[in-house]
Amino acid sequence: MTRSDIDGAALEYAAGGGLLSRRALLASAAAGTAAGLALPGAARAEAEIPEWTRTAGARARGYGMPAAAESAVQRAIIEPWQDVAPAFSLSGTPHHRLRGTITPSGLHFEVHHGGRPDIDPARHRLMIHGLVERPLQFSRDALERYPMVTATHFLECAGNSLFNAVMPEPMQAGCDMLHGLLSNTEWTGIPLRVLMEEAGVKPEGKWVVAAGADGPSLARSIPMEKVMSDGMLALYQNGERIRPEQGYPMRLLLPGFEGNMNIKWLTSLWVTEAPVHTKDESGEYTEILADGSSVQFTFAMGVKSFITHPSSTMTMSGAGYYEISGLAWTGAGKVAKVEVSADGGQSWAEAALAGPVRPQALTRFSLPWHWDGSPLVLMSRATDETGAVQPARADWKARYHASNFLHYNAIQPWQITAEGAVQNVYL
Amino acid sequence: MSIFKLATAALLLTAAAARAEGPGLGQPLDAADIPFYATYVKPDGTGLPEGSGTAAQGAEIYAANCASCHGKTGSEGPVMPPVGPNDVWAKPAGSYWPYATTLFDYIRRAMPLEAPKSLSDDEAYALAAYILERNGVIEAETAMTAETLPAVKMPNHGNFLDVWAKQGAKPW
Repeated sequence: MTRSDIDGAALEYAAGGGLLSRRALLASAAAGTAAGLALPGAARAEAEIPEWTRTAGARARGYGMPAAAESAVQRAIIEPWQDVAPAFSLSGTPHHRLRGTITPSGLHFEVHHGGRPDIDPARHRLMIHGLVERPLQFSRDALERYPMVTATHFLECAGNSLFNAVMPEPMQAGCDMLHGLLSNTEWTGIPLRVLMEEAGVKPEGKWVVAAGADGPSLARSIPMEKVMSDGMLALYQNGERIRPEQGYPMRLLLPGFEGNMNIKWLTSLWVTEAPVHTKDESGEYTEILADGSSVQFTFAMGVKSFITHPSSTMTMSGAGYYEISGLAWTGAGKVAKVEVSADGGQSWAEAALAGPVRPQALTRFSLPWHWDGSPLVLMSRATDETGAVQPARADWKARYHASNFLHYNAIQPWQITAEGAVQNVYL
Repeated sequence: MSIFKLATAALLLTAAAARAEGPGLGQPLDAADIPFYATYVKPDGTGLPEGSGTAAQGAEIYAANCASCHGKTGSEGPVMPPVGPNDVWAKPAGSYWPYATTLFDYIRRAMPLEAPKSLSDDEAYALAAYILERNGVIEAETAMTAETLPAVKMPNHGNFLDVWAKQGAKPW
């Protein structure tokens, strides 16, 4: 759509900074179609016919790959201690290069405490033991015969957005670095309840300590209530077997809970009467509060959103019409509402949510926008079905010790300069 | 077959049906086939093996296996130094963690990063002793064993709020 299409129409503004009513989304789409049909009849003979339209295409291949021109779409890899501990790494999903809600399997974020193990699925087993009537072990072949369910859920590292949480000045980087420890997948696997009931949990079994088959044997204590309500033994990721980075041949999935608890390369479910205070729930994934005390067993991720288009590191391509688009989610259930501001929070307009809005899953929001070319600050603010609202950064910071970078869910402002640069800012 | 036996058989059948959501393909798991890392040492010391180690013994093992990541004396880093206070990591293992048992278990299962599970039980006790002694939590001559380790009073022990117990899955 050209600027004149927009400029000539009577625009229905929804808030300051040029935000348009979400009702304009369908109307503008229709206008775009009509404009597309109005091709000029002249100059057809001279029109270029590209070479790929004058030759046979390539032969079939067994596993499709992204287009060669998309090779820059990669995860952002952070190796904080690459010289001494390269097996500890983080890889962020490039949300600013993606649309929709499902994260391609090869771009799912990773946080590795001890690298990516190379597991022989034929020798891998899942053990269920401890406070159960019948300690059991399962091969993958046996598990393949169980009835499976499919559900779409986000995973978010408790440390996602850590740079915004702790850096004194906003880091200028893309959504892969700033918010990339977040992904969304269609998972398929076995409800854990089925396997736990086969083993027969004793009445005193109130917690399950899950452990992985990776080098560090990462372990977390999980309330039995969560395991039995919607815990899943996930075997498939977006329709194919789980990638090695995501826990091949099987992982734990606890919808809405911090990423670290969703144990990859799952090999053991040990039923206990109480949490055992593993390393990750004793130190690495606890939060120090402003008064110096700590909170422990903070499992569910809070309500959060950010705008992906436009977002920092991008450059605007002139004034005129744009669609603001972003992602919203909450560990508490469904996203109820996303509001967008284009004037630094003075006024807000409600965005459209792309349905179906699923619980504990990424939801795409959008809002049409007419940018007049002047500097402003864009931001989004999500509300979930429990009524929880994303805090401002200052309010989030006030709750915690200065060092805390976990469970950061503050509003993300993007500043747009007169030159069209999109930058990370704190408000 | 007596009425009693019939009733028992019927009950067993009902129980089997209740578990029949899945195909029932789990194989019996013998205790001897459960590796140590499938459990975790509990705060009361349950699961701790025989063995012992002192801070002096731990210092040598630390220098050989741990110093390259955690720092010469445990407080320099770069990787999450276990000795505090330090300028790198606000949650040093030897003073911040609520239970000393976690030190032993984590060292034994996960450290060192390039060769996890390569340390003996005695070495893991000695490293726990070294870290605790460097944090001023135990005396230099106190050996860590299955008896002494769970008795260590960690300085930050009473400083945690259990959010799951307080408000369940509601985000903090």
